[in-house]
Amino acid sequence: MEHFLGFAIPGIPYGCTYALVAVGLVLTYQATGVLNFAYGAQAYLSAFVFTYLVQNEHLPVALSFVISVVVLAPVVGLVLDRFLFRKIAPANVIAKLVTGISMLVGIPAILAIIFTNSNQYNAPSILFNPNVVYFRIAGTPINGIDITSVVATAATLAALLVLLRWSSLGLQMRGAVESRRLVELDGVNGGRVVASAWAVSGLIAGLAGVLLAPVYGQLQFSDYAALMVAAFAAAAWAVLRSLPVAVLVGVLMGVTVTLLQGYLPVGSIWSSAALTSLPFVVLVGALVLVPGLRTLGQAKDPLASVDPPIPPTTAAIRAPEIDRVIRIAWVVMLVVFAVSMLTWMPKIWENVFNAGLAYSVVFLSITLITGMGGQLSLCQATLAGVGAFTAAQLANHLGLNLLVGGLVGAVAAALVAVVLAFASVRLRGLGLALMTIAAALLFDNTVFAEVSTVHGQPITVTSHSVGLGILDPNGHAFFVLAMVVLTICVVLVLRVRRGSIGRFLGAMQGSSTAASGIGVNLTWMHVLVFALSGAVAGVGGTLLSINQQSVNPELFSWSFSLVFVVVVVTTGVSTTEGAIQAGFGYVVLQQLLTYVPARLGGNSLLIVFFAFGALTYVAHPEGILEFQKRRWTLRMERLVLRGRPAPAAAPPTGPGGEPRGLAAADADPDPVVGR
Amino acid sequence: MPLPDVLLRVDEVSKSFGGIAAVNGVSMEVRRGESVGLVGPNGAGKTTLFNCVCGQLRPERGGIDLDGRPLVDMPTFERARLGIGRTYQRVEVFPDMTVRDHLLVAHRARWRTGRLWRDLCNLSKPTTEESAKVDAVLGMVGLDERADAPVASLGLGLCRLVELARALVTDPMILMADEPSSGLDVHETRELGAVLRQVQRDQGMAMVLVEHDLGMVAEVVDRTVVMNLGEVIAEGDFASVMADPAVRTAYLGVQE
Repeated sequence: MEHFLGFAIPGIPYGCTYALVAVGLVLTYQATGVLNFAYGAQAYLSAFVFTYLVQNEHLPVALSFVISVVVLAPVVGLVLDRFLFRKIAPANVIAKLVTGISMLVGIPAILAIIFTNSNQYNAPSILFNPNVVYFRIAGTPINGIDITSVVATAATLAALLVLLRWSSLGLQMRGAVESRRLVELDGVNGGRVVASAWAVSGLIAGLAGVLLAPVYGQLQFSDYAALMVAAFAAAAWAVLRSLPVAVLVGVLMGVTVTLLQGYLPVGSIWSSAALTSLPFVVLVGALVLVPGLRTLGQAKDPLASVDPPIPPTTAAIRAPEIDRVIRIAWVVMLVVFAVSMLTWMPKIWENVFNAGLAYSVVFLSITLITGMGGQLSLCQATLAGVGAFTAAQLANHLGLNLLVGGLVGAVAAALVAVVLAFASVRLRGLGLALMTIAAALLFDNTVFAEVSTVHGQPITVTSHSVGLGILDPNGHAFFVLAMVVLTICVVLVLRVRRGSIGRFLGAMQGSSTAASGIGVNLTWMHVLVFALSGAVAGVGGTLLSINQQSVNPELFSWSFSLVFVVVVVTTGVSTTEGAIQAGFGYVVLQQLLTYVPARLGGNSLLIVFFAFGALTYVAHPEGILEFQKRRWTLRMERLVLRGRPAPAAAPPTGPGGEPRGLAAADADPDPVVGR
Repeated sequence: MPLPDVLLRVDEVSKSFGGIAAVNGVSMEVRRGESVGLVGPNGAGKTTLFNCVCGQLRPERGGIDLDGRPLVDMPTFERARLGIGRTYQRVEVFPDMTVRDHLLVAHRARWRTGRLWRDLCNLSKPTTEESAKVDAVLGMVGLDERADAPVASLGLGLCRLVELARALVTDPMILMADEPSSGLDVHETRELGAVLRQVQRDQGMAMVLVEHDLGMVAEVVDRTVVMNLGEVIAEGDFASVMADPAVRTAYLGVQE
């Protein structure tokens, strides 16, 4: 028993760290209807600023706390509300997710740009001295960090329960989450209530961030992100409603971790795998077993019907003449590009464009799952990694050519995607995003950690394992290979999009109720689009590894999955063109940033650029770049077709109202629907 | 006593939400080629019964058969493939698609002709038979001149016709129309009623029509079933049902 307590007690403060963040997540969701993916970034922001002010600016701890937590944290919450989330219709779950993810990757990148020295160590504790053992329970020493975690969690839980249950603001918050418009009809200032909720939740994020900072020796965003997944797990079991349940699950997870640490053999694979994967297993368990999570994110607002419909990721509608011109322009560009790559292109830029081709294939998988399937997957880099590691391990162990292995890798990635699809078959939107990010972190911490080395060395791609002179630095074989692979993938994706499956998926996106009502098997479509997306990502992953001449687990980590999403969402998630623009935009900007002084931020600037680009998803779900392209196409169309008599609009037949929107389509009896 | 040549049989179906019985032991039958109106005041349980038949809801008790095949354990898409066509109270269209695409996708889903391998081999262009069928249905409901218009450019009345055409193109054994006149004006309602009656007679299919516009019901249906508070309270031809004291009480809230 003493052994058990000795193992279990240290888990309580550990679990309290999960619980504290989970409480913040539940509060935000309860009061605003948003599962705030940026929460970990908000906590990290306050912790970073607090530590910076104390360590670098030598401000007193109390003043630094006031600046970073009491002032900055609520202001960040208010900014997120005022400028981002308030503009999103309650039913638009994907837009809320994309906005949260943009901030999750954007805030740490902004910090890295502002504070060029982004390494912060040894954050001070605001309550108890972390180095002092205050007392012992069952022989277990309890230090300042332990006490801080427990006291902060208990105090926050108590304060929030009082706020939500016994204060008029709490009552208004609970009303506002059901329907902000309905409470406004009762004379409540709904905007102020929601803003208050964001400020309070921001304050808790800041408080949690600063309290937890001393737990980590070096402040790293990845620690806060991992903490957030554990918090997601606790919040998920609470169905994002019950604060006490969230705390209980958080603490239980902490206790389970330390018990496993105690009882499993030290240094065994079971020990390391069980410890790192526990939060993800708990999260996946909640997503599969808790029925309330299946409808998570669905608007319950009785006045939801007054919202305009969510803007669809519409197809571009072009006059046939313009469409012809655009097709010719594409072919000319392609020929010029290929000839340039094979003749005069400087080596450095040839490498950049080669990487762009490989990324384009990976990004096509996002076009499939998000653009066509209407689902947000946060594990596309993971699926690419499954393909790449499968191919690399087959090459190393069986001597299989990497190109053949790439096909096997694509099948492996598709199979992983199918397992994920079956596990998430009842989930949509929010639940699916959580499931896929859990899978990504699970692979990062377990599978990829195991397979990323051979005999203790990182996996490198050699000419022997690829052949055909693909790695010859003076040749163009990789370019030819990448062009062929990308072309095949684009053609297949376009055929699926324009064929029956694409139409079924379009129907599913438009109205899943009506789609199943006409005989579309939604489950099969869900699995199929995951499998196709996984296969394409797997091929892209192998191609990327050949291009990088190594199989680097960093490249396939969860954080890259998020970055990939914001990049593709910015350029255009609904078209194959968008994926290619994303692939090239990503690497070209990366290369251009190497020419500007490093103090301007380098890669962080790139992330910020795309993170802010993705914020436009709310207004332009087709992608801000795609939107601008369509605007210019429309202008060109008006210019070219000027003076031509407009064809008479077809008279309405039978019962019909006034046509609305898409006036150009009405004016043109034979528009071309381009993708 | 069971009706001869019954197509749809609903037997003692019950469905409740949080302790409130939305449908309570309802039984009804629809013959082949028959048009049945399902009416009743708000909250009578009409749409819940519809959802139980079409598969969006699973009843707690009772059985539902279509053409002798039990439906209760069958998912929605399989019921559609069996021959249940449906339109919705709140218009459910696919905003990214043209009118023609709506019909094509429904036709392929119904007859399971949309295959991945056909897409990958570029064999998914509409066949002559598919185009002929789609054109015929578009002509039937008067949408032929709007065939290539994106459905997002159409008004509510035309969207209701698109829903109807999408259901008809699957050659349903039975059409379940849920408040098709909702949101339409008097003129549009009359025209839609005429279209419904015409296609139902031409195609010889059965139809169940949930409708608040009793004028439309009177024009379109052969038989009327009245529900109130989750139960069937009257059944018969429209005039006699409307003269039923229980129906008048349900609608007007007065005791005869």
